[in-house]
Amino acid sequence: MMTGYPTELIAVTALGCGWLLIGLLALARPHSVSWVARGLFPLGALAGIVLTGLALAALHHSAQTLVLPLGLPQLPLHLRLDALSAVFLLLIGATSAGISMFAAGYFRTGEGTAPGLLALQYHLFLASMLFVVLADDAFSFMIAWESMALSSYFLVTSQHRIAEIRRAGFLYLLMAHLGAVGILLCFGVLQGGSWQFSFAALRAAHLTPLWASIAFFLALLGFGTKAGLVPLHVWLPEAHPAAPSPVSALMSGVMLEIAVYGLLRVSLDLLHAQVWWWGLAALGLGLLTALYGVMFAAVQTDMKRLLAYSSIENIGIIFLGFGLTVVFQAFRMPVLAALALAATLYHCLNHAFAKSLLFLGTGSVLHATGERNFGRLGGLIHRMPWVAWLVLAGTLAIAGLPPLNGFVSEWLLLQSFLFTPTIPHDFINMLLPLGAAGLVLAAALSGYVMVKFYGIVFLGQPREARLAQARDCGRLERLGLLWLAAGCVFLGLIPVQMLALFSRVTEELLGASLGTLSQHWWLLAPLSAQRASYSPVAFMFSIVAFVALTLLTVRLLYHGRVRRAAPWGCGGSSLTPRMQDTSEGFGQPIRQIFEPFFRLQRELPTPLERAPHYRVQVEDRFWFWLYAPAAALVQRIARLASVVQQGRISVYLLYSFLTLMALLVLVL
Amino acid sequence: MNITGVTAQCTEIAMSVAAAPLLLGWVNQCRAWLQNRRGPGLLQPYRQLRKLFHKDAVLAANASPLFRLVPYVEFASMGLAAAIIPSLWTGLPFGAAADTIALVGLFATARLFLALAAMDIGTAFGSLGARREMLVGFLAEPALLMVFFTTSLIANSTSLPTIADSFARHPLALYPSLAFAGVAFLMVLLAENARIPVDNPATHLELTMIHEAMVLEYSARHLALIEWSAALKLFNYACIGLALFLPWGLAQGPADPGGLLIALPATAFKLLLVGAGLALIETLNAKMRLFRAPEFLATAFLLAVLGLLVHLLLGS
Repeated sequence: MMTGYPTELIAVTALGCGWLLIGLLALARPHSVSWVARGLFPLGALAGIVLTGLALAALHHSAQTLVLPLGLPQLPLHLRLDALSAVFLLLIGATSAGISMFAAGYFRTGEGTAPGLLALQYHLFLASMLFVVLADDAFSFMIAWESMALSSYFLVTSQHRIAEIRRAGFLYLLMAHLGAVGILLCFGVLQGGSWQFSFAALRAAHLTPLWASIAFFLALLGFGTKAGLVPLHVWLPEAHPAAPSPVSALMSGVMLEIAVYGLLRVSLDLLHAQVWWWGLAALGLGLLTALYGVMFAAVQTDMKRLLAYSSIENIGIIFLGFGLTVVFQAFRMPVLAALALAATLYHCLNHAFAKSLLFLGTGSVLHATGERNFGRLGGLIHRMPWVAWLVLAGTLAIAGLPPLNGFVSEWLLLQSFLFTPTIPHDFINMLLPLGAAGLVLAAALSGYVMVKFYGIVFLGQPREARLAQARDCGRLERLGLLWLAAGCVFLGLIPVQMLALFSRVTEELLGASLGTLSQHWWLLAPLSAQRASYSPVAFMFSIVAFVALTLLTVRLLYHGRVRRAAPWGCGGSSLTPRMQDTSEGFGQPIRQIFEPFFRLQRELPTPLERAPHYRVQVEDRFWFWLYAPAAALVQRIARLASVVQQGRISVYLLYSFLTLMALLVLVL
Repeated sequence: MNITGVTAQCTEIAMSVAAAPLLLGWVNQCRAWLQNRRGPGLLQPYRQLRKLFHKDAVLAANASPLFRLVPYVEFASMGLAAAIIPSLWTGLPFGAAADTIALVGLFATARLFLALAAMDIGTAFGSLGARREMLVGFLAEPALLMVFFTTSLIANSTSLPTIADSFARHPLALYPSLAFAGVAFLMVLLAENARIPVDNPATHLELTMIHEAMVLEYSARHLALIEWSAALKLFNYACIGLALFLPWGLAQGPADPGGLLIALPATAFKLLLVGAGLALIETLNAKMRLFRAPEFLATAFLLAVLGLLVHLLLGS
């Protein structure tokens, strides 16, 4: 319902156009780094901050709509700003502000595409994500969605002279279009014979259960491809690391969440998902994705690939929460559905902040050392203290530790899992609590992954001599990292306020609010204080106070004397940095325990070799089970089709003639 | 939150922190007796701590500030955990700020920081220990959480004091699910506290060690804090076990002196039994090969999940 003038919606639309304008301005002097990076990117960051404010304002109003007479005749662009859109606008704005600020200091000359072109694509990418969230009819949604895919494709392939990156880009484009076809078909099913494609019409359309299920699974296919749901995930660990780091951050931190937005919009808003086995399917796939992603993250040797797999894990957790929402909603338990949805949205926001922070941190490391491989890094906390300490916040957040933000969403999700035994269905109430076991296992493994990531890159001794020349990141980059790290801490401390915001989304989509969250602003008690409560503020305060107290006591009672000496050399000769655990070594237990899941290629040295050579390569089984056969099939079909292509003009003329005749017969 | 609550809370933390080395001393003493040795006496851990606090700290040349911060974070985490765990009375005001899930998160935080500190120096043993500790942790943590899940479903609350309260008020009834959870919890306790059969607390400089490998580079006050927090961790786990599986005798509500008169000897007696039992387990078992440890912990995890299933099937 539209009440009043759509002020926020107009302002947000203008901001989106502003981003486009910034992109175009970059073309004025495309090769000037000072103009593009130092001038335009901070402007984009400012727009991000304004967008955050507008989204917060919009969350306090009812939905606003706007019809723009653009595009084809009879097909104007419908825009709508409701609570769900506002939450994701908040995500885009707040995260991109940090990323753009970082990018202002990051981009340099001589790295692939000219900075002006990069800036154009970057801001086009941002604007298209904004319009995906605003779109209120299938056409404008698809236009925005496709420009998001294409602009990010050009960003991924910005260093197109490297063959591997071209290949990653191609894979990304292919999978993006597979997903787009799924979404397109989904909209086609959703219109239900009315041929009206505005979301209002799609919402009103009545579908038979079969068609509704088909639409849901098409949406799951389409948005799941973009989000990196197993087994549609293979493009993600290739494409995300290939892009420049701010773009990786944007793709992992924001674009994946936009895919989640699409799924929430289609299934909860347009389709009113109320079938329990849809939820169960999403939940199962989410669980598989979470475990699969984190398992593969543990055995990676490239830091950006590790983060990409960790993104897959987090997307799994988000899908898990979404599936739980649908199951609760199907069994008419709206308050619990609202809780699960709030946890899902919260996790989207948390992942956006923490993962962007980590990707930007790897960008700084990459610039300072030129290395992405764990085997040639180490000890950077001494050379790059700013990056190291700020990235630590992201590391702890992704590992899901209290009192940071990652913990809160996992806590909420586990709380909603604790209610699954009350579901009035004899089979699901047994099955679902086991999902919690899987979720907990994935969360614990992500702690392992994060120790590996942080410990090998920032701690220990430098594994290469030239790491001693590494320099800390510049002031603008620092500001971007600081913004995101502060977000990780801040989001962890204000769950009550955040849930009050998400409550507006749940009211809109599920018809249930989270109720009174708590009597106190600092105590999170989502259902009842007797049942479960958590206070991050008290937690944070106590732990800081306890550390300070211990420190003071020890200093006052004893002494603060410190002597420096060489580390213990195991009783023998001096240690070399090469004696530290490698990333392969750190991942070895996981490789051993979960061996059946990996496709391992190992070359072990024989004891007699003079120069022993050890090689291990871990590959994705899905690639060989699913994608290689599919590619072979496509090629075989193509070869069959090539039979008709003789390469002689007379044959083609014959085809035209025959077609003409067939058409004439058909018409007459 | 009133002044009685705060006093009770602070007393609880202080008593746990003070008594933790005593429990460790008792376990070591029992073990010495069982192995036909005289043993160093109950107060040995305190003497050890005093000695370490007085020494000059020796830091590796390339130790970062993180390395120096971690002992304090460890100690604070374990102290904060003691604030949530009802060891004497169940009326803990801080129990509202962190429930069992946050407790598991707190243990995970402590583990992660210690593993990071172990990797900070860049010695072979340090990263080896960190890797093994995380390996133990990623299986033990879900098992512990599943144990908490089972008890939370029975008590309809995830707050540990509330769970203990509801179990203590309950007439003595046998929950089959709690039997599974109890065994799983015991296995987690052994693994998390670096006891036999997963790790050997008496060993230094063996290729199979886990916890000791991580703290090899610590000395003096830093080592003292780490050892103290390790003792506190054992104490905390023992008290969690008592609160979940033997909650009788705990004083209910905010600290009332009458209840405390029963609770203090009851808890002391139960801890004596726990310590003796631990020593017995450690004497009867041998340390496993490292690659058997994941099997051991996976068993614990599956037992905990089984406990949850039994609860869901039988409703008890």
